[in-house]
Amino acid sequence: MDFYQTDLTQLHDDLVNKKISATELTKATFDHIKANDDQVKAFLTLNEDDAMKRAAEIDNAGVSAQQLVSGVPLAVKDNILTKGLKTTAASKILENFNPVYDATVVERLNQAGFINVGKTNLDEFAMGSSTENSAFFTTHNPWDLTRVPGGSSGGSAAAVAAGDVLGALGTDTGGSIRMPASFNGVVGMKPTYGRVSRWGIIAFGSSFDQVGWLTRTVKDNAYLTSLIAGNDEHDMTSSLKEVPDWAANLNDSTSVKGLRIAVPKEYFDDLDEDVHEVIKAALDHLESLGAIIDEVTLPHTKYGVPAYYILASSEASSNLQRYDGIRYGYRAKDVKNLEDVYVRSRTEGFGEEVKRRIMLGTFSLSAGFYDAYFNKAAKVRRLIAQDFDDVFKDHDLILGATGASTAFKIGAEVDDPKKMYMNDVLTVPVNMAGLPSMSVPAGFSSKNGMPVGLQIIGKPFDEQTIYNAGYVFEQTTDFHKKAPKLGGQN
Amino acid sequence: MASKITEQQVQHVAELAKLEFPKDELGQFTTQLGNIIDMFEDLQAVDTDGVEPMTSATDRVNVMREDKAVRSSKEEREAIFKNAPDADDGYIRVPAIIDESEDGE
Amino acid sequence: MNFQTTIGLEVHVELKTNSKIYSPSPVEYGDQPNENTNVIDWGYPGVLPTLNKGVVRDGIMAGLALHAQIAHHMHFDRKNYFYPDNPKAYQITQSDTPIAHDGWIEIDVDGKKKKIGIEEMHIEEDAGKNTHTSKYSYVDLNRQGTPLIEIVSKPDIASPEEAVAYLEALRQRIQFTGISDVKMEEGSMRVDTNISIRPVGSDKFGTKTEMKNINSFNYVRKALAYEEKRHQNLLMSGGHIAQETRRYDEPTGTTVAMRSKEGADDYRYFPEPDIPDLNVSDEWIQEIASEMPVMPGERRKHYVDDLGLTDYDAMVLTQTKEMSDFFEEAVKDGGDPKRLANYLMNDVNSYMNDNHVDLQDTKLTPANLAGMVKLIEDGTISSKMAKKVFKGIMNGEEPNAYAKEHGLVQLSDPAQLQPIVDDVLANNQQSIDDYKNGKNRAFGFLMGQIMKQTHGKANPQMVTQLLKKSLANI
Repeated sequence: MDFYQTDLTQLHDDLVNKKISATELTKATFDHIKANDDQVKAFLTLNEDDAMKRAAEIDNAGVSAQQLVSGVPLAVKDNILTKGLKTTAASKILENFNPVYDATVVERLNQAGFINVGKTNLDEFAMGSSTENSAFFTTHNPWDLTRVPGGSSGGSAAAVAAGDVLGALGTDTGGSIRMPASFNGVVGMKPTYGRVSRWGIIAFGSSFDQVGWLTRTVKDNAYLTSLIAGNDEHDMTSSLKEVPDWAANLNDSTSVKGLRIAVPKEYFDDLDEDVHEVIKAALDHLESLGAIIDEVTLPHTKYGVPAYYILASSEASSNLQRYDGIRYGYRAKDVKNLEDVYVRSRTEGFGEEVKRRIMLGTFSLSAGFYDAYFNKAAKVRRLIAQDFDDVFKDHDLILGATGASTAFKIGAEVDDPKKMYMNDVLTVPVNMAGLPSMSVPAGFSSKNGMPVGLQIIGKPFDEQTIYNAGYVFEQTTDFHKKAPKLGGQN
Repeated sequence: MASKITEQQVQHVAELAKLEFPKDELGQFTTQLGNIIDMFEDLQAVDTDGVEPMTSATDRVNVMREDKAVRSSKEEREAIFKNAPDADDGYIRVPAIIDESEDGE
Repeated sequence: MNFQTTIGLEVHVELKTNSKIYSPSPVEYGDQPNENTNVIDWGYPGVLPTLNKGVVRDGIMAGLALHAQIAHHMHFDRKNYFYPDNPKAYQITQSDTPIAHDGWIEIDVDGKKKKIGIEEMHIEEDAGKNTHTSKYSYVDLNRQGTPLIEIVSKPDIASPEEAVAYLEALRQRIQFTGISDVKMEEGSMRVDTNISIRPVGSDKFGTKTEMKNINSFNYVRKALAYEEKRHQNLLMSGGHIAQETRRYDEPTGTTVAMRSKEGADDYRYFPEPDIPDLNVSDEWIQEIASEMPVMPGERRKHYVDDLGLTDYDAMVLTQTKEMSDFFEEAVKDGGDPKRLANYLMNDVNSYMNDNHVDLQDTKLTPANLAGMVKLIEDGTISSKMAKKVFKGIMNGEEPNAYAKEHGLVQLSDPAQLQPIVDDVLANNQQSIDDYKNGKNRAFGFLMGQIMKQTHGKANPQMVTQLLKKSLANI
């Protein structure tokens, strides 16, 4: 099964009309994954036996005409808990961890009848921009196997780009859905903070983390996101706001006419030339469709990366203290005493980048440094959020590139964490403010042929306007129809 | 620019975080952390006088649950214990605690 | 040199809510280790806290009971430290915005009244429990997440006696709110102390030593007195006091320094991102205030001024809310206050002590106690019979029915008693003569004869009346 031939609506019709059974579809999905995942390495764990069983059950019971995902194979990032299916966060410390409950998002998908094909690779604990920080292996970009898929939801993005699945769940703390979406030429939406429950998501930066989808099309994304969104009593930060049927509003009459689009000049400061060209063309295209494009300023943009790395690392340093070798997860062998259990389990169980972030966060919170680092960054966070508020007073959307560059070569930035962190300059401010933001395929680099993503940022809880603009852009271009040729020239 | 963090401080932070770095890598690691912390220092240029720190992006306030007790199922507890590296007779087992300084926090 | 002592107390009080503060697991001491735990209590990956409204309510109630200002805006903070009984390796507490601050309670030491200030009080979660063998420690997380209120005193306490008076007053007031059992022996009240001394007149506090988890008021007094003396001796001999945590060693009555790691206590507090801010409205505070039971001081005043009890009786009856409520209920049911007080303070108390039970664990009801007292009052039963009826009501029996069933009813009917009086008089001429000659002992003898004839069931008052009248008529 190559999902480039179809979309969710089409697939659902085929299932309901019995053109294909859930079993056939699931079997074909695994055939496709097995044919190319040796090269792409998007999956950490395949859920084949369980998925086939589930498909058979759905075939027996009949595909639900009301549930668009009934019998549809989809993938789940491996920092999202799946009961009975090991969940590792791509960390040695959770290598054999068997969740005893489902994340709320998984539970909702189960109720809707989805088929979980497996768990996708990521940077360990979602910390990274390339999946090179996975404790197990690096995922390769289907468009050029020598390049990274971005991160941290690199496995999910690559699985969608490779045509393995129509959609894969990701998480986004500082760009981890949007950046890999951009690098792989797929759609990636980070909903508003609080839109989707974090219950069962392995926490990284609790005040930033959000769950979302990587998909091939905007409409599929809108549909799938509405399925997982909405209040959950397990998550006190999850919003009570009604979840609109975003996908229902995406049709021939959807338009960007009169839409007031802000383009921050700071978002072009360090853009690679090839990315700049593509984004410029995308903006011109939207303008030609009737959008009103305005240059604006978000003056604190350049402080986003340092403030984000202080705050997210601080939260992470606390969130990751529970991995102590005592109640679950990896415990070091031949320990002499309790201190050994702690220090050796953590030192042996965590990878380099995770330890680096724990150190940065612990330092930023420690006595004598809290005011200069954590508290200062929290104040800057407020200023960044206020910058957005100001622009949204008279604009509907903010647009720019998702990443300053296209996917880089595997190994190119591994030894320079500071450079790696700077990749997030265009995505982290959105997480600081908790805004919704989506990356849509905007074209290809004239330099290396790699995909470029257009980032569409909206007001809090106004995912609809983002989807509208993304949908119109997608329907009037054909970048999303182009499929990578694995191992060949694109 | 002089690094903001010394090897000694890195050692201290590692102790707080229950991590250990090999002696021969400490110098390089300290330099690397120092570079990142130098980047953090950029924030000092921002005027934050009178700005309230922002530590959450939630739209919720006053979220509370009614005081109703729900006990976990036996099945759930059994599954929990299956993940425990060392358990004995319903207890989680660890090497004997010697340091008593934090008892009764 | 003369020294003055400054004592600070941090009291942890366990709340008796139905569920834990951040998880719905029951707050109960199950027989099985880890029985009352779920994935939240274990600090599993992906779990999130949910705040128990009952804990916030109880925290506000405690604040009101201690005359404190309730915070209108608050958030929670994480306190980070590794320990096997601390599964998340952080405790969710309140360090920035405690639920209440600037309260006070009044203490009374040898008739001297003094107000002790309360700096702040905050709500937080308890840790699990570790038990140790020489080789292993065993972790039970049943207690993990049990709601606690930590109450921090101002440095107003000047002696070990004041410290204990403060603890007693605090325990009593909290006990009366009904939010906690506040029993030190069961760990629902735990006391950490710190003490320093300085030369009289000096405005600079001396070096503090701390002692954690002392498990009775008596030990608190002894431990502080020991530390006070130790500080004095050290300073007098030119030594210096190390700032450290010490442990009270009960068998020897001394304190010993605990092993602790240098610089390990950097808790890296920061605002808890998983719990949204709380705004407490005046309306909610008012509502909780309206549910506040009457505090012991006011009750004592009422008992003395309106019910005619002594100060001592009033004090004993207000030791616990259960006793005080029971007494008031029984008074409402019509029993004589003084007699009820005596029964509660003597017979009922002895019963509780002998059987090691609390009042609420017995089968005694206020109505039954009042009923028995009424039977005594109206002469239906004698105080001797009352001893037997008391056994009945302690077993949940209704006193009237019980007395009848067991024949514990006095003969008070003159129509039944007069023939017996007449009969005794007819057979004891000598005694009648003696009585007429002024020998009062003869009256007692005649009474005894009548009581004997009635097998002790005659109502002595009635017999006295009838006998006097009959003798006068002879």
